[in-house]
Amino acid sequence: MSAPNRSDSAAPLLEIRDLTKRFPGVLALDAVNLCLERGSVHAICGENGAGKSTLMNLLMGIDSRDRGEILIDGRPVQFVNPKQALAAGISIIEQELNPVPEMTVAENMFLGRESTRFGLWVDARAAQEKARQILASLGIELNPRLKMKELSLAQIQLVEIGKALSYDSEILIMDEPTSAIAEKDADRLLDLVKSLRDQGKGILYVSHRMNEIFRVADTITVFRDGRCVSTQLASETNRPEVVSLMIGRKLEDEYTKNNRIQPEVALSVRGLSRGDDFHDISLEVHAGEIYGIFGLMGSGRSEFFDALFGVEPADEGEICLFGDRCEHRRPKDAMANGMALVTEDRKKSGLVLSSSVRDNVALPNLRQLSCGPLILEGREKDAVQRITDRFRLKTPSLRQIVSRLSGGNQQKVVLAKWLLRSPRILLLDEPTRGIDIGAKGEIYSFMSEYANEGHAILLISSELPEIIAMSDRILVFSNGRAVGECSQAEARQEELLRLASLSVHEGEVLHA
Amino acid sequence: MPENHSARRSEQSFAGGRHTLARLLSEYGILLAFLVLVVVLSFASEYFLRADNIINILRQTSINALLAIGMTFVILTGGIDLSVGSVLAFGGIVAASLASEAFGGGVVHPLVALAAGLGGGVLLGAINGLFIAKWRMPAFVVTLGMLSMGRGFTFIYSDGMPVPRIDERFLVIGQGTFLGIPFPVLILAFVFLVSWVILYKTRYGRYVYAVGGNEKSAQVSGVNTRWIIFSVYAISGFCAALAGIILTARTTAGLPQAGQAYELDAIAAVVIGGTSLSGGRGTLTGTLIGALLIGVIGNGLDLLGVSSYYQQVIKGAIIIVAVLLDSFRKRD
Repeated sequence: MSAPNRSDSAAPLLEIRDLTKRFPGVLALDAVNLCLERGSVHAICGENGAGKSTLMNLLMGIDSRDRGEILIDGRPVQFVNPKQALAAGISIIEQELNPVPEMTVAENMFLGRESTRFGLWVDARAAQEKARQILASLGIELNPRLKMKELSLAQIQLVEIGKALSYDSEILIMDEPTSAIAEKDADRLLDLVKSLRDQGKGILYVSHRMNEIFRVADTITVFRDGRCVSTQLASETNRPEVVSLMIGRKLEDEYTKNNRIQPEVALSVRGLSRGDDFHDISLEVHAGEIYGIFGLMGSGRSEFFDALFGVEPADEGEICLFGDRCEHRRPKDAMANGMALVTEDRKKSGLVLSSSVRDNVALPNLRQLSCGPLILEGREKDAVQRITDRFRLKTPSLRQIVSRLSGGNQQKVVLAKWLLRSPRILLLDEPTRGIDIGAKGEIYSFMSEYANEGHAILLISSELPEIIAMSDRILVFSNGRAVGECSQAEARQEELLRLASLSVHEGEVLHA
Repeated sequence: MPENHSARRSEQSFAGGRHTLARLLSEYGILLAFLVLVVVLSFASEYFLRADNIINILRQTSINALLAIGMTFVILTGGIDLSVGSVLAFGGIVAASLASEAFGGGVVHPLVALAAGLGGGVLLGAINGLFIAKWRMPAFVVTLGMLSMGRGFTFIYSDGMPVPRIDERFLVIGQGTFLGIPFPVLILAFVFLVSWVILYKTRYGRYVYAVGGNEKSAQVSGVNTRWIIFSVYAISGFCAALAGIILTARTTAGLPQAGQAYELDAIAAVVIGGTSLSGGRGTLTGTLIGALLIGVIGNGLDLLGVSSYYQQVIKGAIIIVAVLLDSFRKRD
């Protein structure tokens, strides 16, 4: 792949022709054509199940294709495993990060291809040095001797990118690279993507987030139902057009919000503190209100929810629900008081992935659905059916194992299991992370409707447009402290971001 | 190119066929293996399918099946109980001592002896559970410790001697029959039924699966996860003691060395039955079939005169194949 060859060659870096893949019962990819040029960012968008993952699996040699061709520099290739794909210059940064927590940054980056001394022992120092160089070239300062378990999600993401680059790949596939990280880190990542493009790499950028796509992409391809429905230059299309191509209909309005705030105070928190996680948090949320909490990762926002819900109780401060003081020592107490918590990470703490839709939805509701110790299966089935219908859950049956559902549908299962309890106060932690636009819209309109019924909703989100559009008021967290509150009308993205990035010291000044 | 194309096509469809075959095998593989084994053995030995042999197999299997049922609860939560063999001996010896005139203190009513033996098993199981649930210690370590301690308690209690001359009324538990069916088999059937109801019809059973599938999610959903984890070890202790009491009554003496290495067959039955060692997935029926499979292999190979050395190899191979099938299922 020498320089003259590169300029002579008319063949694009990566070309896909007529690629088709059928799984039992579905045509996952239907005669897809795609071209990725050197020095360009090609965005792939589509809802869950549109065929993006299948495309990536075929490119990386994880699945075998039924028909079609993949060409790199005009030469047809057929990989049978990811190792071959990596050797041919394609690497992928996956959405689900898979670090080995006990290993160091350097060890993770060179896992499986450690450089050795005399072919015997691993040369740890060389790996650390190389890791440091690669990370530095990305503008990341990170000690390669740190263990992965000590890093934040954003840092892990950056290490994964460093790892992908360490293969000297010409083609980089990024699958939802910003889904787990905060806005500020996302900005840095997008700059990184641009600089990689300027170095002549070809980048396939898979994402749901329209903001990002229009910031980095040169070309946008939209997938729907396994077909490639359009490929356009980013400069020649716009956001509404791409969205409507993705969902196959016109999207009237992304956000729905028409709740009315009532005078009654639903939740009041005074001086809540817990260790180093958060300190002296006070707030009041009214019935019918959607109350936003914005903060960067590690600002203590999720820990605050854990304390409200009794997962890890607070050390100090008081919680009052509808005027009554409550002690939440464990989730059961909070649930008895009409609270529900949709956690940040549905796989880690929201769902039992190996269990069925029915078992998951019923889990927090079994007491209401049983007589003595025995579960009333008829009543259970009716209740689960009713609530999953309300969320228009797409599942072949209630016996379906939830790990096989798409992200959006998994999130609906989490919402369904808590909404079956009709909570008076609903805590939502990143309720739309990693799900497609159609499902997002449904969740927004549900929130609006639910608040309008007189319930209170607390919403944590890292997506600024979302939190501004959906919240009546927004509280900003920084380093475990509440550094400012504003109404929806006053909220500006830059201002919220500035508050969220304040150090503790500045925060205190602002409060005083 | 064209002939190449068609070749690829047929390869694909073949791969597709293999896919379904693998799935069928992983879903019903054990049942299928069991049925095939029964058919083969019934041709190989005319004695195999005779009623008295079947009853014999069931009676022999009942001990392991009881241990395996308790073990299923534990493994479903993602734990393991290595102490069942020792708890079996402990429960057996406690019950035997109270039902024997050879042991100081005189003979009590057999039901009291039974209750005391079961209580002893539950106690040891509860100690396991306490360390694992409350102090978050690895089940492997705690129950390994109990494997040794339980055996030690048993030897201390019995002074290392067998407990003979047991009350006739007590021996009925292991030797009596009802309509030709031995009591141990009836007890197994009863325990299986009760366990099945607990696992599939009660809240408790759902919680067991939820804790094994994702403890954190279960906790956030309001499940008292520590209580669930604690209790499955007590259940396992109960089942082990019950098996020990049956064994005592069958052999007419409490033996302090009874049940050594029984935990291995119990775990094997659970794993062969398709329960995942990481928890959250598996069935009680699978465990029963797993235990029967192990029993039938032992019996059938005995009938065919295969040396017990080979039997061990075959049993081990079946365990590995069962887990291999399970990994196919997971990948699917």
